[in-house]
Amino acid sequence: MAPRQSFAGRWVPGEMALLFVLMATLPLWIGPVGLYQYLGIEIAIWMIYGLGYNLLLGYSGLPSFGHGAFFGIGAYAFGLFQLRVFESLWLGMVCAVVAAAVAGAFVACFLSHRRGIYFALLTIAFGQVFWFVSIKWHAVTGGEDGLLNIPRPALELGVISPALSTNADFFYFVLFVLAVVTVLLWRLVHSPFGKVLQAIRQNEERARFVGYNVWLFKWAAFTLSAAIAGLAGSLFSMAQQSAYPDVMSLHASGIIVMMTLIGGGFVSFWGPVIGVAVYFVARDVLGTLTETWLLWFGLVFVLAVIFKPEGIAGAWQEFTGAKGRHALARRAMAGLISAGRK
Amino acid sequence: MALFEARGIHKRFGRQVVLERIDLSFEAGRLSGIMGPNGAGKTTCFNVLTGRFKPDRGRVVFDGEDITGLSPSAIARKGIARSFQIMSLFDEYSALENIVIALPDVRARGFNMIDSLSADSEAADRAAAVLARVGLAGREHRRAGDLAYGERRALEVGVALAARPRLLFLDEPTSGLGTEATARLADLVQDLKRDHSIVVIEHDMQFLFGLADTISVIHWGQVVAAGTPDALRENKWVQRSTLGAPP
Ligand SMILES: Nc1ncnc2c1ncn2[C@@H]1O[C@H](COP(=O)(O)OP(=O)(O)O)[C@@H](O)[C@H]1O
Ligand SMILES: [Mg+2]
Repeated sequence: MAPRQSFAGRWVPGEMALLFVLMATLPLWIGPVGLYQYLGIEIAIWMIYGLGYNLLLGYSGLPSFGHGAFFGIGAYAFGLFQLRVFESLWLGMVCAVVAAAVAGAFVACFLSHRRGIYFALLTIAFGQVFWFVSIKWHAVTGGEDGLLNIPRPALELGVISPALSTNADFFYFVLFVLAVVTVLLWRLVHSPFGKVLQAIRQNEERARFVGYNVWLFKWAAFTLSAAIAGLAGSLFSMAQQSAYPDVMSLHASGIIVMMTLIGGGFVSFWGPVIGVAVYFVARDVLGTLTETWLLWFGLVFVLAVIFKPEGIAGAWQEFTGAKGRHALARRAMAGLISAGRK
Repeated sequence: MALFEARGIHKRFGRQVVLERIDLSFEAGRLSGIMGPNGAGKTTCFNVLTGRFKPDRGRVVFDGEDITGLSPSAIARKGIARSFQIMSLFDEYSALENIVIALPDVRARGFNMIDSLSADSEAADRAAAVLARVGLAGREHRRAGDLAYGERRALEVGVALAARPRLLFLDEPTSGLGTEATARLADLVQDLKRDHSIVVIEHDMQFLFGLADTISVIHWGQVVAAGTPDALRENKWVQRSTLGAPP
């Protein structure tokens, strides 16, 4: 077991404090380095999404290739709440989280007795169904155009309700949500629940014979991860002031997998955080140089999966001599590809 | 009535009948042995008794309760633990974590999502005691996947033991071990026998005849002989078998 940590260390370890400081000071340095404020919002939203996604991929070893569906459901649910019910930040977000969690819980019923390639294929199938519905169900989703002019409600704090209309203000709100999600997920992965998920990833059969209801744990992990994707989706719909089918496409679902793997989600809690930052910076820096940047990024991704499945976090651990879980990453990667049935 | 009874168990895979009318009964506080040649159906028998496979026919009764067809996790929670002939550990976890995750009170709070498990020194102490009992003191923080073969065999037993089971099934715990390591494992089982009800599969006769209170011999999916080691020494089948002469 890890050495005893201080109370503060168990809630906000050094890496987390570093992330928070970097993000909180982002408005000060993002302009000078040649990028722009809105990028910070996107990065923070996708970090939430990625951290929740990695609960499934990295910690439980369950490869979902249709997670965009839950992100999208969160975005639509938030938008619909603002447009059809009434304007409310918190209720809209609760509605988004609940909608994504319910959809996730439903899908998980069909997935939780599977793993490996069968699990992955089913997530693609369900993801495509949700995506298709979002395009075809005009009356509710607005079809291919999506929902437009979604209001960004004020921050209701009881006595005061400051507006979040500027990107600078909204960024700090997203950052606050990111901080809460990061702290809670950090606790979760070190809790008995998190440890059981990791045990299931390593050896599902033994976990069962030790007495764990593996199905229920997978179901809970999937539902939680979908709920967090929905939360990120609600922030996205506020950021864009719209919700559209594209975020639910197979392509968009693939990008969160790519971000998580490139960052090193298999070997580190921080993998998706690193991966998200690298992806967006690459998009904006490479994107100005060449229109085919995603092709090059994808190529790097393929090479990484083949030669360095432990990702950037793994390379860093190797560099600093920290003991990593590299063999695990390789085996996990092999497991995602093979590992059939039940 | 015995602590555990299997009555008329049939199990087939496709057209191959692997178990045919198996009757077994294991008494509390005893060490029951199961022996038989490779491919006789011993592991399949354990798999049926511990919930991995449902029997095609027959009943499994534990402490008066019918547990036929229950899931492995449900059977485990009733107090039956098992080890595996083909080792089945949490390889990325340390030896200590392998035990911690198998402790019944950790299992009971498996859905606790907020408290740090590694900060739970009580669980760690209890797990360390289990490791010490199976001879792995000092190996607590070694990755299970990095342990030596014999140590992994001991941990395999340790993970089953961690559950504080009312009945402990061990499937060929000496599989692949040399003479010396086999003797050490025999000592361990002898020690566990003092406070556990145990069922051991072994094809090493030497091992079983020295330890078991009763032995059942399985061949071609049937129980061909059963009794005390002394009675079995007189048994025609055992004398004719190629399992090695009883000591
Ligand atoms: N899951 C399975 N599917 C098909 N056949 C199996 C399966 N498990 C075991 N068998 C067959 O059942 C027979 C008995 O195997 P097993 O129980 O492992 O024997 P033992 O443990 O006595 O060596 C073997 O012929 C084996 O091939
Ligand atoms: Mg066997």
